[in-house]
Amino acid sequence: MATATAAKPKGASAASRRGTTAVVPGRQKFGWGLANFAVVAAAAVPVWWLIALSFKAPSTISDGHFIPRQWTTENYSGIFSSTEFLRPLANSIGIAAISTIVAVALAAMAAYAVARLDFPGKQLLIGASLLIAMFPPIALATPLFNAWRILGLFDTWQGLIIPYISFALPLAIYTLSAFFREIPWDLERAAQVDGATPFQAFRKVIVPLAAPGVFTTGILVFISAWNDFIFAITLTSTTRSRTVPAAIAFFTGSSQFQTPIGSIAAAAVIITIPVVILVLLFQRRIVAGLTSGAVKG
Amino acid sequence: MSQAVEARAQTEESLDRRPSGRKRISDRARAERKLGWMLCAPAAFVMLLVAGWPILYAIYLSLERYDLRFPGQHTFVGIDNYATVVTSSFWWHAFWVTSFITVVSVTFELVLGMAVALLMHRTIYTRGLVRTAVLVPYGIVTVVAAYSWNYAWTPGTGYLADLLGSHAAPLTDQWTALAIIILAEVWKTTPFMALLLLAGLSLVDDSLLRAARVDGASAWQRFTKVTLPLMKPAILVALLFRTLDAFRIFDNIFILTNGAHGTESVSILDYDNLTIALNLGIGSAISVLIFIAVALIAFLFIKGFGTAAPGQEVK
Repeated sequence: MATATAAKPKGASAASRRGTTAVVPGRQKFGWGLANFAVVAAAAVPVWWLIALSFKAPSTISDGHFIPRQWTTENYSGIFSSTEFLRPLANSIGIAAISTIVAVALAAMAAYAVARLDFPGKQLLIGASLLIAMFPPIALATPLFNAWRILGLFDTWQGLIIPYISFALPLAIYTLSAFFREIPWDLERAAQVDGATPFQAFRKVIVPLAAPGVFTTGILVFISAWNDFIFAITLTSTTRSRTVPAAIAFFTGSSQFQTPIGSIAAAAVIITIPVVILVLLFQRRIVAGLTSGAVKG
Repeated sequence: MSQAVEARAQTEESLDRRPSGRKRISDRARAERKLGWMLCAPAAFVMLLVAGWPILYAIYLSLERYDLRFPGQHTFVGIDNYATVVTSSFWWHAFWVTSFITVVSVTFELVLGMAVALLMHRTIYTRGLVRTAVLVPYGIVTVVAAYSWNYAWTPGTGYLADLLGSHAAPLTDQWTALAIIILAEVWKTTPFMALLLLAGLSLVDDSLLRAARVDGASAWQRFTKVTLPLMKPAILVALLFRTLDAFRIFDNIFILTNGAHGTESVSILDYDNLTIALNLGIGSAISVLIFIAVALIAFLFIKGFGTAAPGQEVK
């Protein structure tokens, strides 16, 4: 019988949690390794392809090689010296950031109410917000386009921020209320019994407990705003407020018959970097946020 | 309750007590309700304003003949726009394309998503790497991924184009283009499906599986007879979300083919009518029809399959 107290490698923690104590046979390890590799490769190949394209010189861009034979950074220097990319990049960052902050603030209040308080209309709010999450965005693009045109919000930052907030709210409320339900709120009262003022109790006990959930929700909201395409192309027309996904679709090459594949690939890689970094650093939190906010049995 | 405690309880209650016979809401409960409403109000207001009101406005616009090339002249025409759309072969073709893409991609996503969920649940090591790999397609901008696929399948430029013969241009032929679109969709959204299924998987009690193994069930039998039935609610919710999402497909088609060669989806049709033809009346009619289709799908799922209605899973 294998000893249960033998030192376990880090990855076997899941196995030990399930109560098995046997050492994993080599054949099984190979099988899992292969499966893991397949998943990682499937996810990575398209991303690598863009990276490869972005480093190819325009003359070699059509050679179809998976790994560039000649590497060049001229695509990157090209897009960074043109406002056609820099301005949309600034727009993307600013619009996504503002949308995230406002959406998380509003959602935190609503999620607190949903998780802790009892009031009629709670189910209605959850139901309505889920309905909104299922809306086909194109259905809203038409009326918003006309409304913004009349109100002067067309091609402005606010014109994009407002729909982004609205569409992020359902996801944010859902995720945050799941997080808030896990917090032991009585600790706040315990702190007050120990002599803390209500504000101190809030700041020193509740805030650290709520911070991971709020942070994770912020990441999810940021990704959804960063990603949007439909509103970005229908509600904007110039680089004044166009975000990068929309700007890429309208990149012009050196002639009107030549799509600037290298520049598009370089721009695509640049806007993927923040997301990949976020995902790398916070994958455990993001998975927790997405799965705890979903079905509960 | 002793006299003293009762007296104290009474003084703590609201001073204006309701007449006996009607249910009394205590002061505290009323304050809690008020706080609840106040906290939810801003979020509810924004959602109503930006999502609720435009759909009503879209219905209103769809009843008008409103062409932006002549912005001053818009006249009420009732359901004429709907008649035009519903009798147009463009609409039905787009509807068929959208349904086809939806059914095929969701099926693939369910199967692959389940496989990936099982992997994430049981893998023995490099969990972090697998999780990151699975989340990258989720986080990447859809348009970016679409460009990657576009250039991969472009003859000459791409590494995949030669798979179908040296003279094939897969993005210009309807069936291969549809296959590529479905591939792009499945790649992008299988992670989300996998995560939703993972949530359901983690609720399957391991002791049940072990009991089944003791009873002699094979791995496949354990999966189909224990795991799957217990995951049914999770599977149905994941299916519901993904089907609704798939029906709204836009980004991938826009970048891969822009709806050419018979790959136009209902959303692309709507976009073309709105921003290219500048026809608000027709565009709004299509928008409302898409909205009705999506609502119908949701209704069918909830009533037909007994999926938990929105709001029920949140206690």
